[in-house]
Amino acid sequence: MSVQPIDRYVERIAPDVQTAVMENSITATQKRHDALFGDYEDPDKIRRIAGAIKQHTVEHLDRYLPQAEEKLKANGVKVHWASDGEEANRIVFEIMRSKKATKVVKSKSMVSEETELGHYLEERGMECVETDLGEYIVQIDNDHPSHIVKPIIHKNRQDVARSFEREGLGEYNDDPEVITHRARKHLRGKYMEADVGITGANFVSAESGRMLLITNEGNSRFCLAPTKVHIAMVGIEKLVPKDRDLSVMLNLLARSATGQRLTVYTEFISGPKSAAQPDGPEEMHLIFLDNRRTQVLESDCREILRCIRCGACMNVCPVYRQASGFAYRSVYPGPLGAVLSPLLASKFADYADLPKASSLCGACNEVCPVDIPIPDLLLRLRDKAKVEGIKSPGTPPMGMWATMASKPVLWKTALSAGKMMDFFPKSMIPVPAFQAWYKKKDLPEWHGKRFRSWMANRPNPKKNDQPEASEK
Amino acid sequence: MVNLKRKSPPGKKIQLMATCLCDAFFDDVAKATVEVLEYLGCEVIFPDGQTCCGQPAFNGGDWASSRKVVRHTVEVFRGEEPVVIPSGSCTAMLLHGTVLEFEKETDRKQVAELASRSWELTDYIVNGLGINEWPGKFDAKVAFHRSCHTRGSCSGETSLQLLNSIDGMTVVPFGGGEQCCGFGGTFSVSFPNTSEGMGKLKIANVMEAQPDILTSGDMGCLMHLGGLVDRHNKELQRVHIAQILRDALQNGGLIEK
Repeated sequence: MSVQPIDRYVERIAPDVQTAVMENSITATQKRHDALFGDYEDPDKIRRIAGAIKQHTVEHLDRYLPQAEEKLKANGVKVHWASDGEEANRIVFEIMRSKKATKVVKSKSMVSEETELGHYLEERGMECVETDLGEYIVQIDNDHPSHIVKPIIHKNRQDVARSFEREGLGEYNDDPEVITHRARKHLRGKYMEADVGITGANFVSAESGRMLLITNEGNSRFCLAPTKVHIAMVGIEKLVPKDRDLSVMLNLLARSATGQRLTVYTEFISGPKSAAQPDGPEEMHLIFLDNRRTQVLESDCREILRCIRCGACMNVCPVYRQASGFAYRSVYPGPLGAVLSPLLASKFADYADLPKASSLCGACNEVCPVDIPIPDLLLRLRDKAKVEGIKSPGTPPMGMWATMASKPVLWKTALSAGKMMDFFPKSMIPVPAFQAWYKKKDLPEWHGKRFRSWMANRPNPKKNDQPEASEK
Repeated sequence: MVNLKRKSPPGKKIQLMATCLCDAFFDDVAKATVEVLEYLGCEVIFPDGQTCCGQPAFNGGDWASSRKVVRHTVEVFRGEEPVVIPSGSCTAMLLHGTVLEFEKETDRKQVAELASRSWELTDYIVNGLGINEWPGKFDAKVAFHRSCHTRGSCSGETSLQLLNSIDGMTVVPFGGGEQCCGFGGTFSVSFPNTSEGMGKLKIANVMEAQPDILTSGDMGCLMHLGGLVDRHNKELQRVHIAQILRDALQNGGLIEK
């Protein structure tokens, strides 16, 4: 049986990458658990509240988006709407050109990964520096993030030390403190030279137009301190109705992502700098990006738009732990990506195999801070692929099985015939699913119909009114 | 995932869904289920037309095929009696999976009706019949693999409650208990390498706790883990929880061997 792309990736993954991903994921899952269960008697209650808030929000975007736009404008923010990544990138580029800006410092943002903003700007002669340490390392390595919160979860400090040496940031030294210090020194120069600071947003309150950014390195604040223009690129699903909803989200986000009560920095941004502030951007733009999110909203998988990008689902996912983020071939890996990537893709068929990369164990749903029923969504997407006639390798055909399993005569014949398996060399049994199993593990002896015979023929059934038995 | 409020207490006349895996491979698990239920005074009916709960096609993404099998199952298990199933996975299929794949179907009520009568074996014993301690004797250190399809249901707790109450039995914890064993039905053949990696981790964690027996409420998980154990010539006895309950009764002289 031909193998699924993700499974082939698992077969070939470098052992040190797999170990790094496995160990980091296990640690993150444990930290999340300790942080939530240490502080709350029943974290599930908060997860359900947060889920309800976000579900309500995405189902009423038609109300909350105009409300947010109005508030943002009143706060002095220029609001832009982008239907796809290309348009969002172009808006950024046009703003920069109108300001004669050439240098950007950027804090971590998943939507900008989605639109490949950094490459877009560099291709047009702009300098765009990632300032989150992990993202910076991804950038100098010309690599991709393999996790939405820990972009370099697949690398170890020796890898990073070699990259820094290559980039001329100092002689080889893999002491994390030295690495961090060198990055800081290098990036501080970049902040001071930059014209524009680009960020994402973790949340935007429709009530006040307040935008929320969380980081551990403080890099988003550095991005916004010396620059004159702030551009925020935000997915349309990032809204919450009211400021008070932010408290629910903040209590869950850092705990779920990194096991912290709060990240080191929590910034509330209500517009460009006021007259009283000595520095900060004089101009602020916010680009709301659709990029097929409205299509997701129309689908029966709209719950995925609740996601607040904490990464807990990938940390806990046994398939992600075996496969690493790159196996998912898209910006969003793990269970989140297995649902979202096919939906955001221009062709669903290109990623229709991703929803199959799950044993449906449900751990992702159990840890999700907004209680997204990820296994149900994976199953719906599997059915969608089948209904649309999209073939993906490695899925056993079910038509004949279904006919057998709905006709008892055929079923019982098959139960008897299965005994044949024990008389043939296992390697000669021409059933692909059987071979896929037998290549890896033994199969128990066939005992087809034995229970039925016992049930029908035992001497002393207890008040059993089953026809064969009652005749005795 | 599964949260069902049922009419209680249910009657003692029950329909047994033996599951396709027991029908094909694990006859003794189904036998043990009958013996345990009859010891508790149940009258066990085995509807002869039963085949499978429909889960392979449901998980495989072929919902049309799955619904065909589910419709057959609904027909076979008509009636008032509770349907008792020695599998957390098949039970989850009836309680949750079928409801999901019939959301837009006109006969979803019939499917929901079967769901309302479906019980995993230990859930039925504890919450259906009100049995809180298991009699008999079983001297062993057991590791209990809580299968993933019992997440969000009470079956993990009811299984542990019964195991812990058996005279002579010690349940030993092991690392990574909340992690999937890698079976996942069709997943185990369409993602053989991933499934194997997950299974080996589970086995290593279980064996580190040095139990005499690995038990679970799901033969799917045990067949997968057992297949890996046997292929790699390791020693780990696998026994379904129904067999443990039955053997405890036998060891205590409460039923005949």
